[in-house]
Amino acid sequence: MKQPPAYTLYHPKWYRKRVSTWWWTEQWRSFKFILRELSSLAVIYFVALLLWLLWSLGKGPDKYLEFQSWMKDPLVIAFNVIALIFVLYHSITWFNLAPKAMPIRMGGKRLPEWMVAAPNYVVWLVISAVVAWFILGGN
Amino acid sequence: MAKRSNEPFLWSLFSSGGMIAALVVPVLLFLFGVAFPLGWLKSPNYWDLLNLARHPLARLALLAISSLSLFHGAHRFRFTLYDGLQIKHLNELIAVFCYGGALFGTALAAYILWNI
Repeated sequence: MKQPPAYTLYHPKWYRKRVSTWWWTEQWRSFKFILRELSSLAVIYFVALLLWLLWSLGKGPDKYLEFQSWMKDPLVIAFNVIALIFVLYHSITWFNLAPKAMPIRMGGKRLPEWMVAAPNYVVWLVISAVVAWFILGGN
Repeated sequence: MAKRSNEPFLWSLFSSGGMIAALVVPVLLFLFGVAFPLGWLKSPNYWDLLNLARHPLARLALLAISSLSLFHGAHRFRFTLYDGLQIKHLNELIAVFCYGGALFGTALAAYILWNI
């Protein structure tokens, strides 16, 4: 057994430059990364909204009316629009990730990225249409 | 032997939640958060909406959407805190807070959907 090396002062490999807490504001691409990560808050907010909706739905028409009038507050609408933008950003970055995570090869060549991402968008459109159709009462 | 990590399991929740959220959250948020309140589209009748939400398949779907989206959000937010604010030393506390919150939300969703 080898003895563990003696303690070395100022080990050259251990030098780490201190990274600023605001490192992600220095470059547009890292800023976009943090924006994408922050979309998690919009998703969590949406679940809270959904549970509130379902809870008031179960409590009766009066509670549901109360929920609806809350939703009509301009501040809430503005907040929802911002959350919607973040959620859309999540969807688009998520769908565009597929060709990077699983490149598909055909005839020894990589398929162009848009061809791998495109099915995601088709499924997105179809599911959105079906959900909207159910909610709007199939009219 | 190396300690087995929970990370793959948490990551699978993160990725399935990410997919489900990417597919259904925009349309739901647009309808209930923007289009109905602004009157762009006619809000569905209370009883129709209640019947829709009471359907067993709808309850299951809504539970999956809520729970997986929460685990997705929890996982991503955990790393936002690590990377954005560089507070990796609070690792365990943050993990308990994030996944605990998602578990709590799942239980709440199950309770609400059971009683709707």
